[in-house]
Amino acid sequence: MIDVADLVVEYGTATALDRVTLAVDKGEMVALLGPNGAGKSTLANTLAGLLAPASGTVRIGGRLALVPEGRQLFPDMSVADNLALGGWRSGQRDPAPVYELLPRLADLAGRRAGVLSGGEQQMVAVGRALMSRPQVLVVDELSLGLAPNITADLAAHLTRLNREQGVAVLLIEQNARLAFELCSRAYVLESGQVQAEGPCAELAGDPRVASAYLGGAIT
Amino acid sequence: MSAFLTYLLNGLAVGCAIALIASGLVAIHRVTGVVNFAQGTFAVVAGLCTSSLLGLGMPHGVSEAAAVLLAGLAGLLTGLAAIGRPGTTPLSSLIVTLGVGVLAYAVEIVLWGDQPRSAPGLAGSVTIAGARIQTQHLLVIAVTAATFALLALFFGRTYLGKALTACASNPYAARVVGIDPRRMGLLAFALGGLLGGLAGVLITPLRPISFDTDVTLIVNAFAAAVFGALTRPVVALGGALLLGVAETMAAGYGYGSHQLEVALGLMLVVMIVQASRRSAIHEEAV
Repeated sequence: MIDVADLVVEYGTATALDRVTLAVDKGEMVALLGPNGAGKSTLANTLAGLLAPASGTVRIGGRLALVPEGRQLFPDMSVADNLALGGWRSGQRDPAPVYELLPRLADLAGRRAGVLSGGEQQMVAVGRALMSRPQVLVVDELSLGLAPNITADLAAHLTRLNREQGVAVLLIEQNARLAFELCSRAYVLESGQVQAEGPCAELAGDPRVASAYLGGAIT
Repeated sequence: MSAFLTYLLNGLAVGCAIALIASGLVAIHRVTGVVNFAQGTFAVVAGLCTSSLLGLGMPHGVSEAAAVLLAGLAGLLTGLAAIGRPGTTPLSSLIVTLGVGVLAYAVEIVLWGDQPRSAPGLAGSVTIAGARIQTQHLLVIAVTAATFALLALFFGRTYLGKALTACASNPYAARVVGIDPRRMGLLAFALGGLLGGLAGVLITPLRPISFDTDVTLIVNAFAAAVFGALTRPVVALGGALLLGVAETMAAGYGYGSHQLEVALGLMLVVMIVQASRRSAIHEEAV
């Protein structure tokens, strides 16, 4: 679904992504870990077509939707309008399938997006991305600034989406525990380069990854 | 008292025309971040075009509609020049709009000469509570009210209007959902052209228009738009009405040669008060 090979993205003279190779297959749920400034959001924006690669290839095999870092809603508009605009690219404006997956959004439909809680806003951001009926979803920092129980609830929705509807997910996270729990494979991005990759179980056992992202080895 | 009422109603009509131009400035600035200094030009183009078409014997209605559409096209072309190239900063675009305004002078002088032109509007006048007001003034007020109502419906209810608002609210998020801010910006410029053109055809029967009338128009409209921080059309409408009434009062009570200065002085006071109130609120919040 996502096939990235030797991707280089530059901001002026600075190299944000340096020969990154990454793949997400159909129906797969893959994590991308890395510290602040590693280039994770640059990769997300490049996959969404908002940034142009300097070199390398990006192939997307289906409709891709991005849940951007920091939710990025239209704060003065209602939840229903935020969702409707999510269907701009596909022409789909009926929110019923999204309400079916995230029933809470139907209750919030008339509320202004800017006054909602962080968890509710993140749910709107996910719902807005789903309006385009994507085959692959890139979620940038799902858990950032949210309480663990709220993150767990949102994560359960993503898992359901992945299992029941076969939507491939690239989960970009700083919270490695959450990422390892949800995903089968993971990539570790540091300073614009992929430093490690493999099945989550293997990576969790890697002492270097464990000390950097899990605060010590998993016991 | 009847003189006061006459000045008030005439002032409201003048304010309405300013408000139409200001709303074009706001529409363009909200979506693109560009202050369009060619906004007054759209009114001049439409005004001069109406006078020519009516002069050629075309009927009322058709002439005005054609002139407004031409102004819309002028808006679109200005937009292409100002934001057509990806990556142009709003400041560079602002300079381009100034350049378009100067270029328009040359085109207008070639096509229409440098003498002021007028056009017949609605003839006659009506008396309201002892105050005589020209029918054309009432038309300006009615058309402006209808236009603002339509704009509110367009931005608040239609999908396209919401997409334009989305570009103003969060340009990055707009791109994330696939809205092309450049195309929306061009649409805003075309809308700005239509609104400027509407103002032009409405005021040409009231005051002759020449190629350089755009300076007076843009100064007034800019003052009104800044009143609403270049983002709030309804506040800009209020500012424009205040400005129109102040200018007409100044002229009516014998300060005709200083009417622009009186009005702009008043705006300055309002803006200083507004700014100090805002910073006070800000300090309290901090």
